[in-house]
Amino acid sequence: MSSPAPAQATPPAGEAPLAVRLRGIGKRFPGVIANDDIDIDVRRGTIHAIVGENGSGKSTLMKILYGVQAPDSGTIEIGGEQVSLGSPADAIKHGVGMVFQHFMLADNLTVLENVVLGAEKMHGIGSAARTEIKRISEAYGLGIEPDHLVETLGVGARQRVEILKVLYRGARVIILDEPTAVLVPQEVDELFDNLRELKAEGFAVIFISHKLDEVLSVADEITVIRRGTTVRTVTPEGVTARQLAELMVGSELPSPSSEVSTVTDKVLLHVAHLTLPSPGGRPLLDDISFDIHKGEVLGIAGVEGNGQAELVEAIMGMRRGASGDIVLNGRDLSSTSTRGRREGGIGYIPEDRHRHGLLLDAPLWENRVLGHQTRPPSERHGLIDKRAARADTQRIIEEYDVRTPGCDTLARALSGGNQQKLIVGREMAGAPILLVAGHPTRGVDVGAQGAIWSHIKKARREGLAVLLISADLDELIGLSDRIEVILRGRLVGSFDPSNVTPQQLGSAMTGAGDDPSTPSTTTSGETA
Amino acid sequence: MSDKAGVIVPDAKAPAKKPRRKLGLWWVAIALVSALLLLSVLRIVTGAGDLTSSGTIAGTLIATMPIMLAGLGGLWSERAGVVNIGLEGMMILGTWGAGYFGYHYGAWAAVIGAILMGMLGGLIHATATVIFGIDHIISGVAVNIIALGAVQYLASLTFVGLPGGGQTQSPKIPDVPTITIGPLSDGLKDIEDKGTFFVSDLASVLRALVTNLSSLVLISLLLLVVTYYVLWRTSFGLRLRSVGESPSAAESLGVKVLRYKFAAVLISGGLAGLAGGFLAMVASSNYRDGQTGGRGYIGLAAMIFGNWRPGGLLGGSALFGYTETLGLRQGGTSVHALLLAIAVLALAFGIWQVRKGEAVAGSVIVGLGALVAALYFSIDEVPSDFTRMTPYIITLLVLAFASQRLRMPAADGQIYRKGSAG
Amino acid sequence: MNSRVTRLALGLAAPLLALVAAFAITSLVLIIAGDPVGGVWSTILQVPAERNMANIINNATVLYLSGLAIAVGFKMNLFNIGVDGQYRVAAFTAAVVAGEAWLPGYLNTALAIVCAMAVGALWAGIAGVLRATRGVSEVISTIMLNFIATGLVAYLLRKIAVRVPGSNEIGTKEIPEGSRIPSIPFSDNPAISLYGFLVIAAFFGFLYWFVLNKTRFGFDLRATGRSTTAAVASGIDVTRMTVAALLISGAIAGLVGLPILFGDAYKYGSTFQSGLGFAGIAIALLGRNNPVGIAVGALLFAFLDEQSNPLQIIIGVSPDIVAITQGTIVLTVVISYEVVRRYGVRLEQHHVGLALEGQVDPPPVPPDRSPDSSTTDSTPTDGAPGDDKTKGVST
Repeated sequence: MSSPAPAQATPPAGEAPLAVRLRGIGKRFPGVIANDDIDIDVRRGTIHAIVGENGSGKSTLMKILYGVQAPDSGTIEIGGEQVSLGSPADAIKHGVGMVFQHFMLADNLTVLENVVLGAEKMHGIGSAARTEIKRISEAYGLGIEPDHLVETLGVGARQRVEILKVLYRGARVIILDEPTAVLVPQEVDELFDNLRELKAEGFAVIFISHKLDEVLSVADEITVIRRGTTVRTVTPEGVTARQLAELMVGSELPSPSSEVSTVTDKVLLHVAHLTLPSPGGRPLLDDISFDIHKGEVLGIAGVEGNGQAELVEAIMGMRRGASGDIVLNGRDLSSTSTRGRREGGIGYIPEDRHRHGLLLDAPLWENRVLGHQTRPPSERHGLIDKRAARADTQRIIEEYDVRTPGCDTLARALSGGNQQKLIVGREMAGAPILLVAGHPTRGVDVGAQGAIWSHIKKARREGLAVLLISADLDELIGLSDRIEVILRGRLVGSFDPSNVTPQQLGSAMTGAGDDPSTPSTTTSGETA
Repeated sequence: MSDKAGVIVPDAKAPAKKPRRKLGLWWVAIALVSALLLLSVLRIVTGAGDLTSSGTIAGTLIATMPIMLAGLGGLWSERAGVVNIGLEGMMILGTWGAGYFGYHYGAWAAVIGAILMGMLGGLIHATATVIFGIDHIISGVAVNIIALGAVQYLASLTFVGLPGGGQTQSPKIPDVPTITIGPLSDGLKDIEDKGTFFVSDLASVLRALVTNLSSLVLISLLLLVVTYYVLWRTSFGLRLRSVGESPSAAESLGVKVLRYKFAAVLISGGLAGLAGGFLAMVASSNYRDGQTGGRGYIGLAAMIFGNWRPGGLLGGSALFGYTETLGLRQGGTSVHALLLAIAVLALAFGIWQVRKGEAVAGSVIVGLGALVAALYFSIDEVPSDFTRMTPYIITLLVLAFASQRLRMPAADGQIYRKGSAG
Repeated sequence: MNSRVTRLALGLAAPLLALVAAFAITSLVLIIAGDPVGGVWSTILQVPAERNMANIINNATVLYLSGLAIAVGFKMNLFNIGVDGQYRVAAFTAAVVAGEAWLPGYLNTALAIVCAMAVGALWAGIAGVLRATRGVSEVISTIMLNFIATGLVAYLLRKIAVRVPGSNEIGTKEIPEGSRIPSIPFSDNPAISLYGFLVIAAFFGFLYWFVLNKTRFGFDLRATGRSTTAAVASGIDVTRMTVAALLISGAIAGLVGLPILFGDAYKYGSTFQSGLGFAGIAIALLGRNNPVGIAVGALLFAFLDEQSNPLQIIIGVSPDIVAITQGTIVLTVVISYEVVRRYGVRLEQHHVGLALEGQVDPPPVPPDRSPDSSTTDSTPTDGAPGDDKTKGVST
């Protein structure tokens, strides 16, 4: 059941002129349609937000608008004039400026030096530039001192420097990519004040985000993108956060697994008050506690960047500075090394298999050994047992249907799906009691995905406890016995996959309707 | 124009520091004067008269310049993000260049020849690292091997059979003009001989500056100032430095990263070559096999010591040049006197560190200081082997204790491929 | 398609390509300088006489050890440029210990060798500790330690040396006859022999191969060199590995001066061979860190050195021309390995594609390309299997 569809926003007559008009934008990559027939109008003097999930195509769209990518189809109009943008320099020339989520700043240089770099001809690099920077800073309330070293600036200030960079070059359209991802609430307020300032001066601000509460508080118009295409454009007055979440996520949800529950009473993983501070800012993990029982899959849902990766690394012992209890099957792991934790029975499917899961230029049988090199069958008396390792690799290849000519093939030569199947097979071969799986089917073809899921379910029936991190709702709902939502390093909601609604999940993941400063428990007071 | 928006809450971090002035003239002057004061005190206390004689100062100038030029070369290269341990090889190329072109075409040709030969070495390094993306260290090693072989080969090709020349040395080469202000020089000598505290020492310094001062010394110092100006006060320099700090940021703003790296390494080679030329022409009077004696590496050390800044580089080079000169002259007694200074400084620094809360590092330094003091009192002379090691030991100490403070260009050593920017 | 043969062919192609390129560049230099190219190569490439052959093998033994020491570091992406300093202090130590002869006969030799390795490891360890604890680049610190080693050893030599009878030189005490390593006879007429240390060097080559490829420690070391991030995730303590690698590298470097010490000089004197560190780097690169490859590389370099000696006398060209060849090899070998590697990867992908024909994978689910992604390195889009690791691949 869903609420009545929100009204489509119609631009009132006599509105401000269009700053940007995108019509029919499309972009394909091999095997993937990133953007399909996108239509967006952005008026001068407005803040226009673009919202969508991970993988919905928003970043591709922005890269097209900034000239980093060229669209396959469609037109771009800036200030009423159709343009073709071949590079960021073109975009800048037409008055489009982009503030990337990962700042492009040189720490050891001053603000002035960072701002004028590449644009020295505009006002030189000395006092004229300094004056101009101060002028812009004052005009828009940015509070920036030109002669401070960038490395001494906090995140919020750095972002303002990026905005100033863009303004310095004469941008009239400013795109911000996930600007609040790294800000604390105070800094978010400052940013929004700045944006309102800019809006009042006639700038057009485009704002990409998935934090619905923030978007609703500052945007004039909101465009929702899902699976590469524009779903709807609405105004904040005409829509609630829940409705937005529903638009983002889609009303269809996969039906949860109808298998008999295999969850037992025995607690295999006990995590209490897990905290990971970060230098100068909100902690990456904030007092996280949960238990996973034998035969249970605990799914962690959340928008990427809210602490999932840190949670996994803390449990694997790959992060220094984490405090709190981690107890595996009665054994306290807090001071055990990663190797010790693995030997203690944790299997690990890393989120980024190329960086953490595989030695790309090594043959498959050596990759079988990786992570298990202190235990049989790979190791015997301090020596690597090549024959046993190869035999076991062959077994994994057959059992997990890894498509490869042999176990001597280099890992690099396999497709992502087959690499992942190998990793899953390898980790299962270690007979773990806990499996930590980070996005286990990301970048994997549908067939391999199904195979991996069934292997995990089989192991669960045999008593495996699983900590599942995923951004794929299908996966979460289909595999989990319980879903927890992580937001800004905290667990903010607990759900039952068999009766959770997309709105609930979406809201919890994006913080819509919740006060972000108090962790909520379950919100399943909603009508099912 | 609307009025200023709402309150900007100050950043959570400590208030931002203003950047330290790089070649703040005041700092340099203060440092020099303090050093002179310290030496003067030392001279009176220990009676080691040669510590500040004009001969020593003159020798220091000559010893310092090649190190400084090499370090300057390293600075240009590393500021653009390319590690250059091939400075030694480029210097060697320069010594041959000075020998060959100097003999055939005169003194200034020698200078140009040295620079060009150094640039040739720089060209190899630049091509390997910037165009082919070879690891900087490997390329530097290759340049050193090639340069040494090439120069020895060229020497036997071009110097054998010439009067005074042979397989391992060139014939005498003409020197660049030197400057002497006669009457001033004599007058200052009188003051120097009096031996009064500080005044005589100052007189020595001034005398060294007006007696037989090689024009290459002036040119080298000028190059130092020019380097500061270009790198910190021009667009070219800003872009070059940005390439070494954050090539992706630079590229995202339209800077042609690879071009700047290439240019920087070429300049680096030229400066190292000039250092070699200085060695051949001013420090001696011809090309000689093995002349460079590791000064390319000492130059690197001086650059690190100077925190990749020209002012610090000059200070480091002067320190190394000074100890080298002392070692060559009366050697043992002068360096021995320095031990006292080191002991006192170490004790003072160590105590300060402990008071600041750095108990471990501080006590280690105090311990070292005590050791040095004990050493001072137990021996009369420092063996020449050790005096020759001073630059290296000092570098290691600086690296070990201050590596957190040192700030090398953030992208130094990174192999950059075009298009790596967002 | 026999992949083992292909792999062998590819493995050989790169160094051959590099050599050809280096020879070509050297010839170019000769032409510019006006020296006879043909004459130079015909002198160098002639079959060496027995005496020269023995010299080549002997020098190769020394170079081999240097290359081996550096290769251990390379396997972990560490540069041990301090081989020069390490073998200097180690050889001096060995000479002193063996000269003192506290133990009889070969026990003395064994002790000296062990001390040499320990001192070499210690000297390298200084750089290792500095890197692990203070983050000091091992490149700079090992270069500094090289020079410090020279001064330190010179000083100690002066303190404890004895005058070599009948000359103006000084050296450590001679190693007693019973502790010298017997030479291997090579030919009878005239009697030429090889350094006995050759056997020990070969043994260490075997040990290198065995430890790296057969033991768990070796696996950890190679894995860390291939991918530090994967190593950490798999449980390896990377800091410990770094220090261990430098220690081992230093220990092997400590052996470099021993073939001559125990086979010819029998003491450490003021004329002691230096500069072997750089040659070792070239050889390790050429041999691709493979114990057999390094041996071939060592032989090649020794060959070039030996065969170029008569150049001056025969055709009046300075033998230093080969130094240019050797230095150029360093550059050409790195470039050609990269070129061949890329070719090989493409070949492999092609074969994998062929072998899996008929088992085509359906188009993959697009990977998350969200800007929030914590991985800044590229996770290649799953378009083609195993895309090259290009930075900044965007969706």
